[in-house]
Amino acid sequence: MSATFVGMPAFPVAAREALANSQQRRNLAHATSTIRAKRAAVVAEVDDWEQLRLAGAAIKDNTLLHLDEQLLRLEESLTARGATVHWARDAAEACAVVAEVARGHGVDEVVKVKSMATVEIGLNDALAAEGIAAWETDLAELIVQLGDDLPSHILVPAIHRNRAEIREIFLRHMAEAGRPAPADLTDEPARLAEAARLHLREKFLRAKVAVSGANFAVADSGTLVVVESEGNGRMCLTLPEVLVSVVGIEKVVPTWADLDVFLQLLPRSSTGERMNPYTSTWAGVTPGDGPQEVHVVLLDNGRTRALADEVGRQALRCIRCSACLNVCPVYERTGGHAYGSVYPGPIGAILNPLLKGVGVDAQTDSLPYASSLCGACFEACPVRIDIPSVLVDLRAQVVDAHRPSAKPEALAMRAAAAAFGSGARLGALERLSGLAGRLLGSRGRTAPGGRRLLGRVPGPGAAWTDTRDLPRPPAESFRAWWSRTGGRDE
Amino acid sequence: MSDTSAAREEILSRVRSAVSGADRSPVTVPRGYRATGPVDVGLFAERVADYRATVVRCALAEVPDRIAQALTGRGRVLVPEGFAWPVRGAVPDDGLTSADLDAVDAVVTGATVGIAATGTIVLSHGPGEGRRALTLVPDVHVCVVREDQVVADVPDAVAMLDPARPTTWVSGPSATSDIELDRVEGVHGPRTLHVILAG
Repeated sequence: MSATFVGMPAFPVAAREALANSQQRRNLAHATSTIRAKRAAVVAEVDDWEQLRLAGAAIKDNTLLHLDEQLLRLEESLTARGATVHWARDAAEACAVVAEVARGHGVDEVVKVKSMATVEIGLNDALAAEGIAAWETDLAELIVQLGDDLPSHILVPAIHRNRAEIREIFLRHMAEAGRPAPADLTDEPARLAEAARLHLREKFLRAKVAVSGANFAVADSGTLVVVESEGNGRMCLTLPEVLVSVVGIEKVVPTWADLDVFLQLLPRSSTGERMNPYTSTWAGVTPGDGPQEVHVVLLDNGRTRALADEVGRQALRCIRCSACLNVCPVYERTGGHAYGSVYPGPIGAILNPLLKGVGVDAQTDSLPYASSLCGACFEACPVRIDIPSVLVDLRAQVVDAHRPSAKPEALAMRAAAAAFGSGARLGALERLSGLAGRLLGSRGRTAPGGRRLLGRVPGPGAAWTDTRDLPRPPAESFRAWWSRTGGRDE
Repeated sequence: MSDTSAAREEILSRVRSAVSGADRSPVTVPRGYRATGPVDVGLFAERVADYRATVVRCALAEVPDRIAQALTGRGRVLVPEGFAWPVRGAVPDDGLTSADLDAVDAVVTGATVGIAATGTIVLSHGPGEGRRALTLVPDVHVCVVREDQVVADVPDAVAMLDPARPTTWVSGPSATSDIELDRVEGVHGPRTLHVILAG
């Protein structure tokens, strides 16, 4: 896959381009409204949903605050179960471990379970550079990989594609990667799924090495959990001889029993189902069943940076369900590519700056502003991440990271502070604006309700008036009116 | 393999310094959700059927007949060691390769637990259930669940299962929502799931 998010423009520029793509907007509106309705129905079925959310948040918070102990416990349990544990500070270290395992077995291909962590670290490109092909086996990831495209959603990376586009991609590109699509392929979803089944089966049956992520890693038993739909995950986790799982350090939960919360929260929030079709759990090596060589890579890659952020660390509770994307009015219109990251939508708007740090690049710094702060994401989040509060805090951090600079807003705010700091100065200013109001007369336009507006302001002020209405200054200030009439009707 | 212990030390020390200023007193986890109420076997049957699986209810004595009916027209049938009921003409799992399994038409197994609220069957791959690949590669899975194996909700099932064993949670046949977020049955796992609920 050569497509990359590197060099993406800041959100406002990318969003403008995305908004002009009316096909994509239709695809997104259809998909997100479908999933919102499904989620609402299955969440309403659960009487103690709010209590499950509180439990999920509390379990994750307890774990994060003692993450060092939990990770050591996880390492001990995994090792006792015959798994080999590796640690990776960053993407390059994690990719190197996977490549070394693959090379050690002399393979030139691996099959992959859908995994956000492996997309985050750019594993496919890293393996390609070593001459190892990484085959995505999740249907949506396969669509993205065959189309040399970028993922635009956490759960359904090809959400921006409709069935006709998917058919086109399969017909054109499946042959390059293995078994070609049937020539008479239609755009019926069942036929498309069948084409993927046939294309991937030969890969599942011959692969020696598989790569996965994990939805959860249980510290006290060394059990990893993969939650999926299609069975491609089961294929990868069961048939090959060797399995490497790349697991973000925030995926740990203390006990097996804690899964009873997350296995209720995740499927209902994610695909809007009571339960997803398949969940696999395994603890290291099971003699005679599944891979007999098991590796686990514990990945930091910015997670400890996020953990150090007092307000932002709650983002590490995220279980990657994507409910926040599906309810977000901004995401629904711009789609995922505009966020320039494998993590788009509201969670991406906080996770990317938290993982990468603010003040480093303009693209990341633009993300906390990619929100109307409406709060729908917080309400939908199964682990109660208060995304709006984190967004506001990150905006402050972005501003702080760019001080000191004499930006026009800063100058205007300083001038306003001076004016509001003294009654005499304010009075003088009001007289001046009243004069301006009278001089402007009937210029500008009238808003609904009769309020008079100024048109487009020239110069740097245009940045403000391009997206907002600026009211015409009133001919008389309140204070002037009060001293003239004493508050009596005129 | 390369030694990653330097990375290990650094990550652990980053974690410690990240939380050093935080209040680390434990947050109470509300567990009221674990009181899950009575088991409704009828609900289990309904919810399994919601996933477009076939559900047949019968008495324990009728299980062999129901299995035979479910297998009508299926060619090679595989049954794992320790399966409680007789299945005519079934082949045992004597170390079949993945390719061998791909040539099998159907598999018949038991299960460890059924979850009524979600319509889920959990296999823990012991006797009567077989290793994980058996219920994955063949296109038809016939699964016998006894009524006394059904529990009310997810917490009851989690509490019964052994985290050291591999488990597979099956809710309906293989499906995807990846095309326009609409559910379509039938991708890589068994495309037909036939549940015999006996008791």
